[in-house]
Amino acid sequence: MITTATRAEVCVAACARAWHGDGEILASPMGTVPTIGARLARATVAPDLVLTDGLAQIIDGDVALGAPTADLTVEGWLPYRAVLDLLASGRRHVMMGPAQIDAYGNANISCVGDWERPKRQLLGARGAPGNTVNHATSYWVPRHSRRVLTSRVDVVCGVGNDRAAALPGPAARFHDLRQVITNLCVLDFDTGDGRMRLVSVHPGVTVAEVVEATGFDLVGPEGAGEALTGGVDVPTTPAPTTQELRLIRDVLDPRSLRDREVPA
Amino acid sequence: MTEKRMTADEAVSRIEDGMTVGVGGWGSRRKPMALVRALLRSPVKDLTVVSYGGPDVGLLCAAGKVRKAVYGFVSLDSIPLEPHFRAARESGAVQALELDEGMFLAGLRAAALRLPFMPVRGGIGSDVPRNAPFLRTVTDPYGSGDEVMAAPPLELDVALVHANLADPRGNAALTGPDQYFDDLFCLAAKTSYVSAERVLPTADLRRAAGCLHALVVHRYLTAGVVEAPRGAHFTECPPQYGRDEAFQQAYARAAADPREWAAFADRFLDQPDEASYQQAVDEFHAARADRAGGAR
Repeated sequence: MITTATRAEVCVAACARAWHGDGEILASPMGTVPTIGARLARATVAPDLVLTDGLAQIIDGDVALGAPTADLTVEGWLPYRAVLDLLASGRRHVMMGPAQIDAYGNANISCVGDWERPKRQLLGARGAPGNTVNHATSYWVPRHSRRVLTSRVDVVCGVGNDRAAALPGPAARFHDLRQVITNLCVLDFDTGDGRMRLVSVHPGVTVAEVVEATGFDLVGPEGAGEALTGGVDVPTTPAPTTQELRLIRDVLDPRSLRDREVPA
Repeated sequence: MTEKRMTADEAVSRIEDGMTVGVGGWGSRRKPMALVRALLRSPVKDLTVVSYGGPDVGLLCAAGKVRKAVYGFVSLDSIPLEPHFRAARESGAVQALELDEGMFLAGLRAAALRLPFMPVRGGIGSDVPRNAPFLRTVTDPYGSGDEVMAAPPLELDVALVHANLADPRGNAALTGPDQYFDDLFCLAAKTSYVSAERVLPTADLRRAAGCLHALVVHRYLTAGVVEAPRGAHFTECPPQYGRDEAFQQAYARAAADPREWAAFADRFLDQPDEASYQQAVDEFHAARADRAGGAR
């Protein structure tokens, strides 16, 4: 029996659609909801996507999150060194989880506060600088807040649209920020000036809530110009289809690990 | 035939104050932890540590051995943030050269190939060069106008790596699903030491490895071979063993509090040798099993 989709399921389906039309490239999701989303994308709108077990194996088939490695059908070997070379070739669309992200999509996973002596050390730049200047990049924010969607990030790890535009000559020609999906809404950068735009709010979320939880002015669906306010109409994120819900619940995430990342 | 077997303490006794030490593995995966523990026992200091960082970086920071850390990230994998590394950064105790992971790889390749730099796209436009102002870009000499980072060579005095198998001459096999960058670390270093779960005769190496492709660390790269069963503990070393998650959790919990850390270090690290460490780990698990038994 199909009941109404949970917020986590709406997020999974929204993440899946971020890979729509990507063809035969590596999808690299980081986090639980994006991982289910990438597998859902391959099961539906992007059948040629290449997916790994998160480690060194390229895996075939629609497999449940956390399925034992021994049960997987392996179609290739992709150790980290090969991933770093593959990403420079551009055949990849990553979805990363930023600690901070600003209006132009500059993203921080390195540290909060002063670089020399940070208030809080995080992971480090990891592959974010290389990812963002080499291939398509999207972001997943499980807790949309002013702390994460902030007016200024402390360290630019993932390169934003303003930084990319300032690079000389053709240096930024592979820079391609696609979407930011949060527990509240879907955003993109399709504004002409590279600023973040509110594309849709998830069912049950108001535009005012999103505006309140965002530390910078968002662009509305009409495009650049006026800052978005709570009074503007914005589309609702499409709920998962019956087929998508069945895949999420019965096949890809039967243990509902998605609810730990986005509580109902 | 040069016989290169030695103890972990002998291997690290060749490391001098101020040296640049590359550490193989990745995060909390197949780290040469027995060699790192030998470093902790040694008087060496002021090291520059070059690593896809995990508890190797954390432990060396906690012991005050690190002047500078060169990394793309430092993580315990199942615990995202390395507590000792965090503390070292937040107290300003270590210098940091934080690179994009691909730039780190390019730097190892530059050093391995004896090149002055390696062009790489990753890093440009980010704060990596802002936080390391000595980094430079290069413009395409063929006229496209394209500009990329010039990754500096990560030249290592010493590389430390842990293998699944080795022979006494310094050939080693990495038989797990990911070999990470261990052969490159060795190639980028003046001198490399390999520890291994098992040291066996050369004649048996290929059969034991199961696949020719696993034999990627060669004797012209390595100056010493250390037999160190469970030598990657508490990081994983597949196919021999997974990560010791219970122990890693105990490590991370203890790291959060100076008194608990002193007790942890006393119990596990302030030991005369690796065998005593491994025994303390066995006792840790025996005590946990007893508690679990008592709870039933």
